[in-house]
Amino acid sequence: MSIYMINVATQIIIQAIAACGLNIIVGHAGQISLGHAAFVGIGAYSNAMLTTVGGLTFWQAMPISLLIVGLVGLLCGLPSLRVREDFLAITTIGINFIVVAIFQYTPALGGALGIGGIPNVELFGFVLKARPFFWLCFSCLVLVLAISLFFTKSWLGLSCFAIREEETAASSMGVSPVRAKLSAFVLGTLMAGLAGILYAHYMKFISADSFSFPFSVTLLSITVVGGLGTFWGPVVGAVVLGILPEVFRPLVDYRMFLYAALLLMMIRFLPGGLLGGSDLLSVKNLRKRKASATKGGDKS
Amino acid sequence: MTDKILSVKDLSINFGGLKAVDNVSFDIDRQEILGLLGPNGAGKTTCFNMISGVYKPTSGEIWLNGKRTDGLPAHQMASLGVGRTFQVVKPFSGLTVEENVIVSLGMPNYNSFTRSCRFWHTKANITAANDILKTVGLEKEASTKAGLLPLGNLRKLEIARALALKPTLLLLDECFSGLRHEEIKVIEDLIRKIREQGVSILLIEHNMRVAMGLSDRVVVLDHGRKLAEGTPEQVSSDPAVIEAYLGKGESTDAA
Repeated sequence: MSIYMINVATQIIIQAIAACGLNIIVGHAGQISLGHAAFVGIGAYSNAMLTTVGGLTFWQAMPISLLIVGLVGLLCGLPSLRVREDFLAITTIGINFIVVAIFQYTPALGGALGIGGIPNVELFGFVLKARPFFWLCFSCLVLVLAISLFFTKSWLGLSCFAIREEETAASSMGVSPVRAKLSAFVLGTLMAGLAGILYAHYMKFISADSFSFPFSVTLLSITVVGGLGTFWGPVVGAVVLGILPEVFRPLVDYRMFLYAALLLMMIRFLPGGLLGGSDLLSVKNLRKRKASATKGGDKS
Repeated sequence: MTDKILSVKDLSINFGGLKAVDNVSFDIDRQEILGLLGPNGAGKTTCFNMISGVYKPTSGEIWLNGKRTDGLPAHQMASLGVGRTFQVVKPFSGLTVEENVIVSLGMPNYNSFTRSCRFWHTKANITAANDILKTVGLEKEASTKAGLLPLGNLRKLEIARALALKPTLLLLDECFSGLRHEEIKVIEDLIRKIREQGVSILLIEHNMRVAMGLSDRVVVLDHGRKLAEGTPEQVSSDPAVIEAYLGKGESTDAA
């Protein structure tokens, strides 16, 4: 693979990691978030500050950054998740704008100039650049997917599905809505934070506008195009939306327009996303249903 | 503590200026089936919602098993042993029938971090869910998406989910409406069987024949107030009840 390909692939993987987090919040727990980029930004800024100003290594800074992202996620989630649907969308957009404004207007965070000179990731004395860095990102994606899978198999995940489908009924079945939503939200923001950390060390320079509202929309597009609430959805979405702009390089100025058009088309024709209704769970159901249909006597 | 599983004392709730429920009091004995009747808009479902923790009463007290529970959130009421069904069915449409029941089976796990990290898709849970589905007659639909079920089966699913909580008090909100005659019989028998297992039942029902036949005692509400209380025979001969409810043509279509 050429360096160019490695670069594209690394970017796609970083976006897929963030989208996995969004998939937990929107796809599994059913809570719309239009401010996911803010948490990618918080992860990136935390690690950038800790490694440049703080003098820590990537590995020392990462757990602290994740802790920061998790705490901010908890603080933002606590009031936001009390509102539903449209109001939640507006609230999360608000969070995104506030966080970007803080990045932009705090001199200690580099202000409008951003943070440069972010060091390379080192592992056992080796500098991870290009290809090795790609494999680092790749292992992070595998980890995030494993956590996502574990989430869907755990009681916590099931309680989130129930909240997504029918909140009143779920709470009458012993699910605390606040607890379930907040757990999903914090888990999702942690994944966003991880993506941000990798992004900072990949770009080596970050500024506030990389994490502004359009990036949140991109992440949501990835999740919706791939298929909300599906296991591979965020990855497929990231690959599709990551490769398309590379293939249509000349159209790069119209990227946001294309995303919007794509999103509308998906909602109209494929509301479940590319993988909608064909995640591991429902493939099994489909087979069962087909089997019972061929047996006959089934009313569906 | 007492032989009363549930005591409702002077329960009231206001929605803006509307007194939806006004100073209602009643008790349910252990293993009793209490029918909650009344015309549309009498406040029956609102009462249910207060007992199950969906609404917070404006004033009054709710005692469950000698513990005061008014104002507690719905998920805590579920863990205290109150199972309920919804008049307007609320299935988890995207999940299968089996998964719907497993959500209820998981009730003891949701409030502990370590327990909520365990797996739910275990053989034990699937067997338990299918056993419950068998009691309500839904075992054939176990792997169907709940959103695809017709109304009658959704009513059974509501009961199955409530049963999966292993409740001590079961609140059934019009669980017979939309069911065929034979299906009603099955559910009637099921309710009697549940009661024999030691569960107390509060039921709202519009089908008078079913409600009168099933209930040990009946409480009649009208315009948010308690109108009458007693055995089905006493209540159906009460002139105030006939005036408010049975006399308005409801009795003819219920007969």
